[in-house]
Amino acid sequence: MAFLEVKDLKVYYPIRGGFFKRVIDYVKAVDGINIRLEQGETYGLVGESGCGKSTTGRALLKLTKTTSGQVLFNGTDLTSVSAHKMHELRKDIQMIFQDPYSSLNPKKRIVDIIAEPLRNYEHLSRKEENKVAREYMERVGLSSDSIYKYPHEFSGGQRQRIGIARALTLNPKLIVADEPVSALDVSVQAQVLNFMQDIQKEFNLTYLFISHDLGVIRHMCDRIGIMYQGRLVEEGLSRDIYENPQHIYTKRLISAIPNIDPAHREKQSAIRHQINDEYNKSYKNYFDNDGKAYQLKAISPTHFVALP
Amino acid sequence: MDRFQLLKLENLNTSFKIMNSYYPAVDNITMDVFPNEVLAIVGESGCGKSALALSIMGLHNKERSLIKGHIYFQGTDLLSLSVSQLNKIRGKDIGMIFQDPLTALNPLMRVGQQIEESMNYHTSFSKKEKREKTLHLLEQVGIPDPRLTYNQFPHELSGGMRQRVVIAIAIACEPALVIADEPTTALDVTIQAQIMELLKTLQKKSNTGIILITHDLGVVSEMADRVAVMYAGQIVELSAVEQLFNNPLHPYTRSLLNSIPSSSSDDDRLHVIQGIVPSLQNIPRSGCRFSPRIPWIDASHHEDHPVMHEVESNHWVRCSCYKHFYFPNEKVGEK
Repeated sequence: MAFLEVKDLKVYYPIRGGFFKRVIDYVKAVDGINIRLEQGETYGLVGESGCGKSTTGRALLKLTKTTSGQVLFNGTDLTSVSAHKMHELRKDIQMIFQDPYSSLNPKKRIVDIIAEPLRNYEHLSRKEENKVAREYMERVGLSSDSIYKYPHEFSGGQRQRIGIARALTLNPKLIVADEPVSALDVSVQAQVLNFMQDIQKEFNLTYLFISHDLGVIRHMCDRIGIMYQGRLVEEGLSRDIYENPQHIYTKRLISAIPNIDPAHREKQSAIRHQINDEYNKSYKNYFDNDGKAYQLKAISPTHFVALP
Repeated sequence: MDRFQLLKLENLNTSFKIMNSYYPAVDNITMDVFPNEVLAIVGESGCGKSALALSIMGLHNKERSLIKGHIYFQGTDLLSLSVSQLNKIRGKDIGMIFQDPLTALNPLMRVGQQIEESMNYHTSFSKKEKREKTLHLLEQVGIPDPRLTYNQFPHELSGGMRQRVVIAIAIACEPALVIADEPTTALDVTIQAQIMELLKTLQKKSNTGIILITHDLGVVSEMADRVAVMYAGQIVELSAVEQLFNNPLHPYTRSLLNSIPSSSSDDDRLHVIQGIVPSLQNIPRSGCRFSPRIPWIDASHHEDHPVMHEVESNHWVRCSCYKHFYFPNEKVGEK
């Protein structure tokens, strides 16, 4: 049994209009996604804005309603469990949000922010709460004396680490990280990524890492899924995706990554042109008549591509 | 240098007023921009990149900021001009591309009108000429159906299309210099690649000088001809792009390059620069400003008043600490 298994997950948002505001159509934000995660691995979900990657992450935590499909977490289907049971399960699944400036309540002290998840589950005295807050502040590399400060007194990287500390207090097993470093500078980004790798080893965490930054994804993830218009178009190990992309959309995405060596400028531009031509010419071959990506097919034991 | 400088900054100093005293965010910057080149300015947030750009455009609040030094644009010192004289230059001879295309555009004005707006001030085109010019511009920046887009509002366009409109506004009056402040930061990679390509084509066609402000070293490596690395209000390294990537010297440049998750190596650990960019009031005003972030380097290796040294031709580095710099996990003397 897989640790987390997402089966044919669909999230549709209704478009209302016309007479009596009837539902006239749907926005298919997530349109049939299948993902399997084993414990301790990092799965990267990549795609451009609007492809449904964040919605997928939110649907796993039931932060948005799923239309159909199953999310099996250790065998329990999260989409159909009772609210009471879900409350229990939420301890094991936590989320790290994208923007460290808006995801921390500016009116709360750090100790209240970090202890909030605990207050929902355990009845601890003030003293014990403070102790836990201090412990986690130290664990994320911040001074334990700063627990009485407010979020605005911290820099972006420090805030993001506070967000991570908050996600860790309940000893979760799965962390959904939605663009955790997109709002940060490279040096701070490096700090947060290193830290996320450290705690992964320490707590045997499983990450679902959502990002649009292909460099970060390559650095962090064991397996990667490329999402396009609500569906996965390619899935595989990091080297499958980066060295042997098969789907035209993946190829285009990989070729668009800026090359860090200025000597390769011309070459990179030539590759980009060639792939763009290929994209324009053969785009239709990769999608069915409704413009939907095909089902994933295995081309090697680890590498799956949406081909007809 | 025998080429004619398009823009020449001399000891530019931009200070902001905090609690009745002035703190320089841009500290004694001297540099040139030539026609037909892309000069990239790189650094973390809070290093003064945008403050520098806004100083050139004269967009800082006069009550709260103090600009000293000289900004010579095609020979005239912009700082000596009155607002109305400056208005004749900015928008016409200097164009600006802003970071966030959604906030840079007026949501209540149609795209066409917004592009024509600068022509209203700077040219004496008739209505018809303006419309034709605008349609031509929209076509130039790669908008598939200019006639349709002309009458659309910004919210009807996608992020990439909006950024194209912002670029069209910036180049509407055929400026000699374009300042692009993080032009691709808010965009997806594929769109980013298209916008970079577009800027390059436009530049080649019209001999424009571009100041590209960014924190993304990948974009720098693809776009720039020369690079200025900024830290705490100063330029710490200035060189041609190949030299900077092949032979980075200043500790800050090397640290930045080392902290990028590179797509070619699978190193486990990224380099982390200790500490944070100092806030405006806390910038050390004497000595090497980067020294607090590399405490393992002996203090005697830093200069008391770091100046720019020309290490090889047109490759400048501030402070002599680069000769002794090594990463904590390297052995001394490896470099």
